[in-house]
This record gives sequence, C-alpha cells and structure tokens, in this order.
Amino acid sequence: MSSGALSNSKPETGSFFQRDLGWHPPAFTPEYKTSVLRSPQKALISLDNTLSELTGPVFGHNILGEKDNDLIHNFAQPGESAIGPRIIVYGRVLDERGRGVDGALLEFWQANAGGRYRHKKEGYIAPLDPNFGGCGRTITDEEGNYSLRTILPGPYPWPNRVNDWRPAHIHFSIFGHGFAQRLITQMYFEGDPLIWKCPIVDTIPGREAIEGLVAALDMEATLPMDARAYKFDIVLRGRRSTMFENRLEGN
Amino acid sequence: MVQSLGRLKESASQTAGPYVHIGLSPNFAEIAGVYDADLGISMVNDKTRGERITVTGQVIDGSGTPLKDAMVEVWQADADGLYNSPAEMRGSADANFSGWGRSPTNMQDGEFRFETIKPGRVPFRDGRLMAPHISFWIVARGINLGLSTRMYFADEEAANAEDPVLARIEHRVRVPTLLAPRDGNGYRFDIHLQGDKETVFFDI
Ligand SMILES: [Fe+2]
Repeated sequence: MSSGALSNSKPETGSFFQRDLGWHPPAFTPEYKTSVLRSPQKALISLDNTLSELTGPVFGHNILGEKDNDLIHNFAQPGESAIGPRIIVYGRVLDERGRGVDGALLEFWQANAGGRYRHKKEGYIAPLDPNFGGCGRTITDEEGNYSLRTILPGPYPWPNRVNDWRPAHIHFSIFGHGFAQRLITQMYFEGDPLIWKCPIVDTIPGREAIEGLVAALDMEATLPMDARAYKFDIVLRGRRSTMFENRLEGN
Repeated sequence: MVQSLGRLKESASQTAGPYVHIGLSPNFAEIAGVYDADLGISMVNDKTRGERITVTGQVIDGSGTPLKDAMVEVWQADADGLYNSPAEMRGSADANFSGWGRSPTNMQDGEFRFETIKPGRVPFRDGRLMAPHISFWIVARGINLGLSTRMYFADEEAANAEDPVLARIEHRVRVPTLLAPRDGNGYRFDIHLQGDKETVFFDI
C-alpha cells in the first residue's frame, strides 16, 4: 500500500451521496434463508460522512503480480490452463456522477466451469479443476478501466430450497476512494435464464437494479478463435463537490 | 421537461456468499501461490508509532452462533488522528501504518483478529473531536449489504462522553454495543447481528 493519489488531480473530500437503500436488497429476505438470522432488525443510525468515512486506503499497482487478473493461468501448473469456455471481462468503475474511478481495487472469485469452488466446505459433486484456483484481482487505470481473463463459471446448486441453482456469476469486491464506497456484488451473464429464478438475485427489489448486474456479451471486443468478451461496468457512490460545503475541519 | 442530472445508480449489492475467503483471503482459504500474502493481514510494522493493541471479536447471529464464513475489515486513523489516505488534507499520516486491515473469521471459533495501534482522535464535521474509534465493515453469506459500525474504546470514558456520533444514538441503552472492553493490551469487540444486544449499525 502506498500513500498519495495515483493521478495528478486533487483528491476529492466531499461527502458521498446518500445510499439508496430502496435500490439495494434489504437485510431481511426470507426467500434467502441465511439472511433470516443474519439481518439486523433495528433501524440503522444515519451518519453524514466524517473523515472516517470519506477517507480510504490506496492500493498501489505494485501489489499486483503479472497473472493476478488471469484466472486461466494464475493457479495453473506451468504450461497448463484452466478448463472451460475462455472469456474476457472488461469494463469501467464509475461513480454515480459518471466519472471513472482510478486506482480502484477489484477482487473477484468464482466457481470453476463445472460450478465447483475450491473450498473445504464445498460439497457439490462436480470435480475440482487442478489448474483453477478461482480468485483474482486488479486495479483500475486513470480512467477507471479494468479487465480480467477467466473461464465461464458454471451454475451450481445450493442449499436453500431443495432445488435452487445459482446463475453463473463472478463475485466482485470493490474498493473505491472512501471507506463508505466499499461494495461487494456479483456479475451475471447476459441470457442466463437462471438469473430470474434465483432467490439471491431476487433479494434486489427492482428489475432495473438487477439488470445493472448483468454483463453484456460484446462480440466486437471478443478475440476471434480465443475468448468471448463481456462488458461489466460497476458504479460506486458519487460524492458532492466541496463547493459551499462546510469545512470539515471547522477552523 | 427539465435537464437531466445525468446520474448513474450505484451497482446493487449482493451477498459476499459462503466463499468470500476465496476471493479476499485466498491464502487463508488454502489457495496457495496466487498471491504472496493476503491483503490487510498486517497493519503495523516495527516503526509504527502508537500504543500496540490487539482487537478480537466474533460476529454472532440471532441464535447466538458465531459466523465462521464472515469477513471483517477495519479502517482507522494513526496515533495522531490522521488517516493514511489522499483525502486526508490535515497532514501526513504515519507512513508505517496502513490504517486498513482485513480478517476472516476463523473456522474454529469464528474469531477475527487485528494487531494494530490505538488511534488518535479525529475531528467531526464541525471540528469537535470524536473519541478514538475504529470503523468496521462486515460481510458474509446471508448479509445482503455490507454492515458498517464503529468500535469505541470502553476505557476512553471522557472522550466517549463527548463523542458527537455516540451522542446521536437515541436509545442510550444501545451505546455499550459499540464500546470494546479492555483486557491487557487487548480489546474485545463482539458484533451481534440481532437480538437484545444487537450492535448499532450505521447508514453511512
Ligand atoms: Fe458464488
């Protein structure tokens, strides 16, 4: 980790826009059974951002290894590669004002092509792929662009109702510029019929918000004879410009 | 019609799921060799200024069971109350203190653990000093949107009494859910997701 902004622009210090909690899933969603005992029941206490929420750590590109954003190869034996349909996922991290977020740390994890995670607690009968670990990370460039290479994850059954299946998805964790922008979400794939049958997807109240998590197949960006491309933009909270704002230091 | 504000909507949150450790702490999840070390496991080094402390706790569900598949992140100021962040305009924070940590809750007893330093006081929006505190962010399977809270230090009674954020909590009986008791160099901060002891969570 390094201090100092990645770009020459002056760091922004304005408060983040209020989060639209009616857009996000509520905490208590009984169709997704695990939420029942893990959802706070009392009202959240609203807190206009202080420095503790406005600030956040910076992750320098120096933490990244060469293969960190290449899940086809970052766990594979030399000369080997992960099994499955090869894809590229690319896009931008933007804020609600439409500005690219530079220096955002993206971490992603997913099941293998058979829908199996490399995890002790994972019980699905689909086999592990010895050349697939299932995690990766990258940091956005000055315009907020990122890309990764992986294999298309398989859908998988999960213990909720007796016959619930997750649509194919990639988990994304995003670190923007302030701790209040912290977000974890999931990316789905255009055309997957399981999206509309999934109790976890369905925790999101509105169709528009769900569609915002569905990556589009991009034939123009697809590499012929190599890898299909999916575009997935991620939007983090915007922030007020500091014009006319009370000075935080109060002096 | 009027002009469009041209705003985008924030990407909707989704649960971190049961395998968040694969993504955020792969070495802990026994996926070796992808990264040298998991991010956020070390906040301090030999030269970090300030009082060394250990913060431990569990994330506990509505049945009293600790979560073993949660991920906890912390963010705090250095010993002088400065954040190691570009948005910190008041000075330069201790370069030997990252201010940010990440800990999985472990598979044995669901405990998270941070080796850190006691933070200094940071001004509130109007310039009054807040009591020393550590910001927490908690994600796990079954948590649809990451939960934000703050740990305060139970032995900072005078500072806590004048803290403008704690003062905002209408039901005073809930304030102790944010106060971590001290035991030696350790502070214990258990996070209760539900029930009589439900931790105060913030909409930040
Ligand atoms: Fe998953």
